[in-house]
Amino acid sequence: MDIKAVREDFPLLKEYGDIAYLDNAATTQKPYFVIEAEKNFYERENANPMRGLYELSQRATDIYEKARESVRDFINAKSTKEIVFTRNATESLNLLAYSYGELLEEGDEIAVTVVEHHSNLIPWQQIAKRKGLAIRWIECEDDGTISEEALKKAISDRTKIVAMTQISNVLGIENDIKKYARIAHEAGAIFVCDGAQSVPHIFVDVEELDVDFLVFSGHKMLGPMGIGVLYGKEKYLEKMPPFLFGGEMIEYVTREDSTWNELPHKFEAGTVNAAGATGLMAAIDYYKRLGFSNIIERENYLSRFAYNILKDIPEVNILGSRDADMHHGIFSFTVDGVHPHDIAEILSSDGICVRAGHHCAQVLMQHMKTMSTARASIAFYNTEEEIERFAESLSTLRRRMGYVK
Amino acid sequence: MSNSFYREIINDHNLRPAHKHELDGANLTLRGVNPSCGDDITLKLLVEDDVVKDGAYTGDGCAISQASADMMLDLVIGKTKDEALDLYRLFDRMIKNEATEEEIEKLEEAGSLIDVSHMPARVKCAVLGWRTMSNMLEGE
Ligand SMILES: Cc1ncc(COP(=O)(O)O)c(C=O)c1O
Repeated sequence: MDIKAVREDFPLLKEYGDIAYLDNAATTQKPYFVIEAEKNFYERENANPMRGLYELSQRATDIYEKARESVRDFINAKSTKEIVFTRNATESLNLLAYSYGELLEEGDEIAVTVVEHHSNLIPWQQIAKRKGLAIRWIECEDDGTISEEALKKAISDRTKIVAMTQISNVLGIENDIKKYARIAHEAGAIFVCDGAQSVPHIFVDVEELDVDFLVFSGHKMLGPMGIGVLYGKEKYLEKMPPFLFGGEMIEYVTREDSTWNELPHKFEAGTVNAAGATGLMAAIDYYKRLGFSNIIERENYLSRFAYNILKDIPEVNILGSRDADMHHGIFSFTVDGVHPHDIAEILSSDGICVRAGHHCAQVLMQHMKTMSTARASIAFYNTEEEIERFAESLSTLRRRMGYVK
Repeated sequence: MSNSFYREIINDHNLRPAHKHELDGANLTLRGVNPSCGDDITLKLLVEDDVVKDGAYTGDGCAISQASADMMLDLVIGKTKDEALDLYRLFDRMIKNEATEEEIEKLEEAGSLIDVSHMPARVKCAVLGWRTMSNMLEGE
């Protein structure tokens, strides 16, 4: 991969050549093609999709549906009926909790892991409170991985849903989703996979994994903000009630009641984000242009490169696995005696962007007995030079915070 | 904190705080927390005849939250309640970039936190100790 040429595709990276953007797990930068696709939609295709019978509206509808097909193909779903566009992974999970939650009964159980992002946790916690369901916690190992035993311990014959992230946004570890989905199915539960951190960085094939639902956000995979995806097996989406009501999601309305549109429109109430979907399609095209396997190879390489430098800085403690390949470019760390916010601030003054805080994973933070960490996360367009600068800046931190050494 | 002179003052209060300890005779105690970043301090004051006779804090958090509490105590110990509350309001205005240079001088070393006015993400850290003190004194 010609990384110089690749960086030329990203207007922001060109504009701010001197900053090292290492917060890719929060959101990625956008290639020119994505920005152009959104712009082009508004300049040339804009009309309300699915509403007008005139040609422009038909074109807007076509491009929106083409984007759906491109997402279907990307994750290898059977049908575009199984691809629901939402705003982001969070909205997809709320949709699921509200709608699938309606099918559950008092005493039913939902198993979630302690490493989950708040968006794969609070929707379940709150539906559980409203409907009298029980949350069962799946504990993690020291490195953050979920063992088969821990999963089995948390499920019973009352378990209806198992919700698990494929890659942790804090520790970067990957769970064996294929195996765990099978275990959930054997127990009679459905399996919800949070793909927010995995879909952008590893091959995710819903048929191969046999998950019942998969959620992810466009903005973490080079796409625009405000477009996300809920994949669901058709048989489940069919029996779920709508989440939001209004235009587009209905079939027939009378004063007394309404019937619902077919999938996936049943779950897409109101005017959709067609420009965002177009941008997401452009992002997927960009993945293909570079070659997803080339991207993965480069990210694995950078991940190892970063780990090997970071592990040799004595005052830096990397959380989670000691195996570089288990990190998927995500490194949560602490620096002895320096609060994570101070780490992020000083790195920022050196032009390095990292995140500090609880990373929307307070249950995991409590489990690890810490309040917050700093986190650097890598994408293929990062460079060795950026990672070296980051490490150099890190090794000056203690001195700059006033420690003698 | 771009200015390294200010940085040094803050580092010094963070690493070698004068007031970070227990205070047995305290008659006011209040905990202040920033849930989003985990700054957590417990402020203790001894207030008699409307005068802050002594004060101390414990807890942990980022350098700014800890140093700010320490510098605040440097300033308010020995002051009347009203003076301490006035200083709180002045500090708050400085952080909002509303105070004049002359006014900021009254804050002594706490004036070194002026840079925080350009760092919205750190405002909560800087005012944590101050807000806790004002809640205590006003609640009294
Ligand atoms: C693992 C994981 N799940 C869910 C989310 C939520 O994504 P969004 O904020 O785009 O809805 C994130 C990102 O913050 C994440 O890292």
